[in-house]
Amino acid sequence: MKNLITAFFLLLLVGEANAQTKFFTKTGYAKFYSEAPLEDIEAINNKVQSIIDIEKSEVAINVPITAFQFENSLMQEHFNENYLESEKWPMAAFSGYFVSDGVIDINRNGVYEVRVKGKMTIHGVTKPMDTVGSIKVDNNKVVAKTSFMVKVADYDIEIPTIVFKNIAEEVEVTVELKYLPFKS
Amino acid sequence: MKYTYTIMLLLFMLQLRAQDNDLMALLNDNTEDPVIYAEATFKGSRLINGHTVQTRKAKAFEFLISHRFGRLNSGAYELFGIDGANIRLGFEYGLSDRITIGLGRNSFEKTFDTFFKLKLLRQSKGRKVMPISLAYLTSAALKSLKGQEGFNTTASKLVYTHQLLIARKFSSLFSMQLMPTLVHRNQILEDQENSDVYALGVGGRLKMSQRISLNAEYYYRFDVPEADTNYNSIAVGVDIETGGHVFQLHLTNSRSMIEKGFITETSGDFFNGDVHFGFNVSRVF
Repeated sequence: MKNLITAFFLLLLVGEANAQTKFFTKTGYAKFYSEAPLEDIEAINNKVQSIIDIEKSEVAINVPITAFQFENSLMQEHFNENYLESEKWPMAAFSGYFVSDGVIDINRNGVYEVRVKGKMTIHGVTKPMDTVGSIKVDNNKVVAKTSFMVKVADYDIEIPTIVFKNIAEEVEVTVELKYLPFKS
Repeated sequence: MKYTYTIMLLLFMLQLRAQDNDLMALLNDNTEDPVIYAEATFKGSRLINGHTVQTRKAKAFEFLISHRFGRLNSGAYELFGIDGANIRLGFEYGLSDRITIGLGRNSFEKTFDTFFKLKLLRQSKGRKVMPISLAYLTSAALKSLKGQEGFNTTASKLVYTHQLLIARKFSSLFSMQLMPTLVHRNQILEDQENSDVYALGVGGRLKMSQRISLNAEYYYRFDVPEADTNYNSIAVGVDIETGGHVFQLHLTNSRSMIEKGFITETSGDFFNGDVHFGFNVSRVF
């Protein structure tokens, strides 16, 4: 009996380490969209890095700020130089977990609604974050999608009054991450 | 034996607890450091009179209007120089992120100018380290003022400038630039002695706030002939940035706004009050 219990605990410790449940991408997509009276501003990033652990329901995301591409190059410069200060804080990050509406089976195709919770860091400021999204399993690949609003002032990003009508106080962020199995 | 279970259970819980950070650590281990390029070493394509290392991004179009008024010490009759304004209209275009071309027309001596600027090195840190930004600038100026004695052919009225722009953004507040320069005049007047003028410029900017910076610029000429009564160009100014515009207000002893003019033909003595108020307004489309 004692041996059995010992074996059970050992399995708990060792067993899960071997299962392939982690998925990885470094070409994830993120977009931010600002809608203001004078102009709508959009920027697209195709270099989002992320690891998702399906079994443990955890996810970590890194977003290189300088990889956001604007149509107007001067806006891109101001975004990096005046607002996000990417030289000081080159990455935005998210680290947290998700709760799905059913057990995600990576061997069967399907789409799951998920609730995502964790901590998001932008411009050197870390805030709790809570949103909804979806996880799709498609032939041993995983696609995660979410979209949420970010209040610019929450992350100590100052918008001077002179461009108040050009930049929204809240911007919409859309994320789509196409993962492949992680090989360590 | 009881303790063994307790320890194992603790270990298991620890493992659960540690995972939150582990995944981020794993992600960081599996991604490369980004290369962080120094953006906006200077706010504009001009420091004051001369060029900065900044090039326009591909397909960006810049319209630059520059004014230099008359001398402040010309007195109330000339409204301290405001009556005698020189204007330069400039059109600049980014062929690529590294190449900018431009055309300008100056009211001073009715001069046309054109330039080509090539960014050779970009200052960066992170995965790739490069301590400086480097650009090469070449420009040509053609004085089209009628009745120039001794300058009969178009070729004789041409002046070329070659310049290296070596810049470093030391911090988000402070940037500096060195500008070794060669000005070549196709034809010269007798007292000018040499058709080539070598000069070294030095300039910098100090940011006062996110949108306002203080700038200064100085060009030292080497081996100036005794008969040459010109002075070295000195300029101090302020940059004010508002969205798509950069306003530059400055005081300088130079009347001309192009390289050959302010480097080799600055006739004012800054410290004697021969100072021109001027501004550049830049709009990028």
